[in-house]
Amino acid sequence: MSSHSTVSSPEITLAPKHDNSGVKRIWQVFTLLSIVTIIELAMGYAMTKQAGWVDKHSALGMFFVGAICILSIAKAYYIVGVFMHLGGELKNFRLTIVTTLALFIWFIAAFLMDGNSWKNLKNTNAGSREAPKTENAIPAAVDKNAKP
Amino acid sequence: MSATTIPSNTKWWNGGRSPFDISYGKVMMWYFLMSDAFTFGAFIISYATLRFSMNSWVDANQVFNAFPGLHGADLPLAFVSLMTFILIFSSVTMVLAVHEGHNMNKKGVEKYMLWTILGGAAFLGCQAWEWTHLLTGEHFILSKEGVLSALNTTPSHNPWGIDHVDKAAVIGALPKASPELLTAMIHEHNHAFNAQGLGTAQLVEEATKLVNAGTVHVGSQGPPAFGSYFFGITGFHGFHVFSGVVINVIMYLKTKLGHFDQRGHYEMIEKAGLYWHFVDLVWVFVFLCFYLV
Repeated sequence: MSSHSTVSSPEITLAPKHDNSGVKRIWQVFTLLSIVTIIELAMGYAMTKQAGWVDKHSALGMFFVGAICILSIAKAYYIVGVFMHLGGELKNFRLTIVTTLALFIWFIAAFLMDGNSWKNLKNTNAGSREAPKTENAIPAAVDKNAKP
Repeated sequence: MSATTIPSNTKWWNGGRSPFDISYGKVMMWYFLMSDAFTFGAFIISYATLRFSMNSWVDANQVFNAFPGLHGADLPLAFVSLMTFILIFSSVTMVLAVHEGHNMNKKGVEKYMLWTILGGAAFLGCQAWEWTHLLTGEHFILSKEGVLSALNTTPSHNPWGIDHVDKAAVIGALPKASPELLTAMIHEHNHAFNAQGLGTAQLVEEATKLVNAGTVHVGSQGPPAFGSYFFGITGFHGFHVFSGVVINVIMYLKTKLGHFDQRGHYEMIEKAGLYWHFVDLVWVFVFLCFYLV
């Protein structure tokens, strides 16, 4: 930071005295995060063997897993946007964070597909190389004493 | 936002002014957190890749069903829910500390920082209990070669395989088992059992009865990578929680000593807050990948 200029953030220079309007929003987001967590836990619990209500590999189970993942991303959105205050920063700064994080979309998709492909290759033996034909692998015996 | 009049000959690229109208410290904290996000992301995605490549893994709800103080209870997701709520709550108190900092309220900042430190310490305590419980808990397995042993859950051992183990195979392996193992098996069911003076044959007989009745459970070995990944990733996260608690303690002390009052702003608390929220956010995904799905 420049030694000549004073601190440039508006939050530092213009803080009003004892502003409590932000506190309400903070508790609202806490309530939202708690409710989302409880929904995720309920779906997760339904899929446990102890509860036995939903089979993880059924259509409903897969929907639950997908919903839980989307809800976790929603939690991330609120924690980053409100608690970390990224929502209140300049748009271009927000973009430097969000566009970089977009790499995760490729990252997750590519590696999960890779893992799945690996499983298929292992299960079907599809990735095995054919054994080389014996004439190519082992040269025919040469009779050193034979006349050329 | 305050309007800053920019002189017409400002050279934007000469340095000396922080971009995006926020201080260098905050920008750099955000970019450090991005790098850390990719580190955690790489660990978790490699774990997911391995799981996807395997036909079977472990059933997390059989592994993580304990609760401190409730020995023998079968409570999947209970303890980890408590840990999640502790961390969310400590995140809220951190935001409130930052808010108090905006109002230059020293006492308010101190109060909320203490709550945040308490939350972080509670989370670490819970994680320590979870690890101890797994590392010291013995579970019996029958190996593919027909050898019985007692395994802890460690980075290299996994007694939670989901392959079904035949009771007859277990009973067949009992005579080859050591007296210590047989005693441990019987003791798990009957804590008052005294093996003094009993011969191996009598131990085998007693253990056979318990296996037949289904009171002693013998499982199979699962992929060792389970423990490696679990302890590695939760350990890496726990290390971040620990360093976050240390940073928060320093922030608390500096607040108490009046350093931020002197400076005229509590921006350091904001930066520590960014780190703390990141730690909470990573936990949301660790909890998702290991416990929930």
